[in-house]
Amino acid sequence: MVGRENALSLIDLALKHSQGDQTEVLLRGEDSYLTRFATNHIHQNVGEKDATLAVRVIFGKKIGSASTNTLDEGSVRRTVEKAAEIARLQRENPDFKSLPDPSPVPETDGFSRRTAEISPEDRAKAVGAVIAKAKAKGFEAAGAYSTRARELAIGNSLGVRAYHASTGADLVTVAMSPTSSGYAEQSEVDAARIDPGAVADTAVRKCAESVESVKVEPGEYEVILEELAVANLVGYLARLGFSALGLQEGRSFLVGKLGQKIVGENITLWDDGLDPTGIVMPFDFEGVPKEKLTLIEDGVAKNVVYDSYTAGREPGKRSTGHATPGFFGNFGPAPMNLFLKPGDATIEDMIKSTKRGILVTRFHYTNPIHPVKTIITGMTRDGTFLIEDGKVKGAVKNFRFTQSVLEAFSNVELIGKTPKLIGGFFGGMSVPALKVGKFNFTGVTEF
Amino acid sequence: MPDLTRLALERARESGADYADIRVVEDKSESIHVKNGIVSALRSSESKGFGIRVLYQGAWGFASSSRFEEDEVKSVAEMAVKIAKASTLARKERPVELTPLPAVRDSWTSKVVKDPFEVKLEDKIATLLESDRLLRTDPKVRVADSEMGFWREKTTFASTEGSFIEQEITESGGGVSATAVDQGELQRRSYPAAFGGDVSQAGYEWIEGLDLAGQAERTAREAVALLSAKQCPSGTTDLILESSQLGLQIHESCGHPIELDRVFGTEASYAGTSFLTTEKLGNFRYGSDKVNIVADATIPGGLGSFKYDDEGVAGRRTVIMDHGLFKNYLTSRETAAELGQESNGTMRADGWNRLPIIRMTNINLEPGDWTLDEMIKDTKDGIYMSTNRSWSIDDKRLNFQFGTEVAWEIKDGALGAMLKNPTYTGITPQFWGSLDAVAGKREWHLWGLPNCGKGEPPQTAHVGHGAAPSRFRNVRVGVGKW
Repeated sequence: MVGRENALSLIDLALKHSQGDQTEVLLRGEDSYLTRFATNHIHQNVGEKDATLAVRVIFGKKIGSASTNTLDEGSVRRTVEKAAEIARLQRENPDFKSLPDPSPVPETDGFSRRTAEISPEDRAKAVGAVIAKAKAKGFEAAGAYSTRARELAIGNSLGVRAYHASTGADLVTVAMSPTSSGYAEQSEVDAARIDPGAVADTAVRKCAESVESVKVEPGEYEVILEELAVANLVGYLARLGFSALGLQEGRSFLVGKLGQKIVGENITLWDDGLDPTGIVMPFDFEGVPKEKLTLIEDGVAKNVVYDSYTAGREPGKRSTGHATPGFFGNFGPAPMNLFLKPGDATIEDMIKSTKRGILVTRFHYTNPIHPVKTIITGMTRDGTFLIEDGKVKGAVKNFRFTQSVLEAFSNVELIGKTPKLIGGFFGGMSVPALKVGKFNFTGVTEF
Repeated sequence: MPDLTRLALERARESGADYADIRVVEDKSESIHVKNGIVSALRSSESKGFGIRVLYQGAWGFASSSRFEEDEVKSVAEMAVKIAKASTLARKERPVELTPLPAVRDSWTSKVVKDPFEVKLEDKIATLLESDRLLRTDPKVRVADSEMGFWREKTTFASTEGSFIEQEITESGGGVSATAVDQGELQRRSYPAAFGGDVSQAGYEWIEGLDLAGQAERTAREAVALLSAKQCPSGTTDLILESSQLGLQIHESCGHPIELDRVFGTEASYAGTSFLTTEKLGNFRYGSDKVNIVADATIPGGLGSFKYDDEGVAGRRTVIMDHGLFKNYLTSRETAAELGQESNGTMRADGWNRLPIIRMTNINLEPGDWTLDEMIKDTKDGIYMSTNRSWSIDDKRLNFQFGTEVAWEIKDGALGAMLKNPTYTGITPQFWGSLDAVAGKREWHLWGLPNCGKGEPPQTAHVGHGAAPSRFRNVRVGVGKW
């Protein structure tokens, strides 16, 4: 970790060297550790310390970017010069208006010193506890326990200065028998809240309940989607529809539909980087402060997310604080801290109300087939069960689904009352389980 | 450099390591993206650092840092051993053993005719702007993407067994795509392949050979034509796959299941395991007798080509499927030892801060003796599908489903109407069992895939797949409700 003072000094240093009309400097640092286990032993155990400085130099409407992870003064200066050299060779981007002006960044707390300083022995002991639970049932455990401290610092020549340090801990495990598997995971800001025994218990229970599974014909079923499966679908919904760039380019399913009902009235979805029950992120990758933004309210599409570039392309729009890192890709803005409104049902309520349906623990290898129709395909995995007449009948072989997400969210019958926090690539999401009235399984596999 | 690598290995030894290696890596890349007449991204990036891998009493540890300086090298070596000691708290019953390997001192540089980092940026931008202009000749094309990227990685590998290897690899790639939108329908066509085009271990000469501008208008025309094309029908039919889609089919349903670490369960909680368990080695019928697949790290230009892997094992050509019979896995020094074999050299890491894991090299379906024209003429009812749009496969690599950008129906030995939203699905051994025709060398192409994901923390590998158009009998197509 570079630290607040050093990070902001490096940003000032880079800005001082820039001759650009506008300049932005972003620093991302990470000390991360991951203990990976399989077949009841630790097989990979790694640590990493890195920090990358990314610079955008702008002459008029010409933008150039360069990055480095060597942070001495000479390298910082050379990176600024490289970005400037690229900007001079660039073509004008008529849609570029300006980098964001400074706005007050809210004070947030997403850092746990205990997590930043956790030792390899502590991680190994937690993994040992998971393995012991699997071994006790004659199963094999695999998974990973990762902990990290991250920092993000941003400054620009208009006066933006922002720094945020955060920590995270994720324990994932799959318990396996020769014929079955069960999965569970837990994500926390503070590693002390990770409960290896509870995570292992869930995975081991699902594995034990799936030892004997039967092949059921694919077709249209009622489904109970546990939180991990819901998160997968919500992620696609957000990515395929709620970026201003997608809307401006005509790629989004929301073209002509903002303000209209797109899913069931029981669905409300928002983005909030400041909610402490999520993964807190006080500002985006341009230093624009986060605020709560409703994406879907009672089934009606309300807003899409903007960064400064997409906001500059539409009169009267401002960045909603959803810029993604420019050096990472060309994605445009994205929701990164999603919340799906909980309901009042338990998983037991959902099972009791199901005549003939499938309970899904999580999906695997999902991929969009048609983005405008929001048709996604993927597999079920690590605990898939048949429900008949309000009771869990037993485990089934895993299904392939091919399903429109908008259609699924138009048929939600029950919503779980306890949301689960699920970590993402940046940020994360908090979602409850759902019972969906109709869901299309189009194939079945051999296990 | 040798002083610091020696210092790292000595410090690891002094801290208790039985074996240690260090990789010092310098990565450099440049990417240019033109979208709708605007250079939307123009980036240059550099990343340097080192990673130390150690074995302590048969358990692994790895630590890495971006600061390649004396004090940091010592501290990271100590941290790697500390992590390995923690690994012994949940150790394998049989401690890790590595297959014997003679010490190697060597250096190697991949072949480059025109250094892509020396070509003027103005010339690269001009090429992309010309492609972009030609992609946007029809107003229904709402998004035109033209891109190119260049990568150079210099790696120094040193081990306590006495190896010291320097390698430098340069890669270049590019592609164009047109996204057409009309009345709620969206369709895309790409050239030469989807998701960034085609990448090769080569210099700028590769970009010149792609002739992006020369293919842009046709690409755009097909995207617009797809908007009003017929929906791909549902049913079972004969399927001919174009070679880039077949490359991805090989990747997902052959390349991943033959990774021996995955077979041993090390990816179980993430990307999954493999149906190709060890009792199948040497006797499992994976496909028809037309299925001849090799893993070849020695082909010039392949994205999976190198002289030594990241354990210092020489790259080689290994027969994977011989006339449909499963013959070999991709292995490492640790996993090969468990089968009583020698490593076939497939361990690679994604940069300095990642641990080497088993990765595909160039996994190639050997050419057959047909031509695409002969295959079409020989097909009464079928579909010809081209260019990947979506991919998905279960966690043992059996049930797969792919979507392609475009297809054409085949009726009575001739190509017919264009079809939109094509998909096909199957179970791996049955699907490969239905392969009955593979085109010959003239239509065989080595595709470069720069985005193969595996491992935790995530790693992205650059791999290659050689393939020619091929025909599969009785495949389920047109999956789902449209």
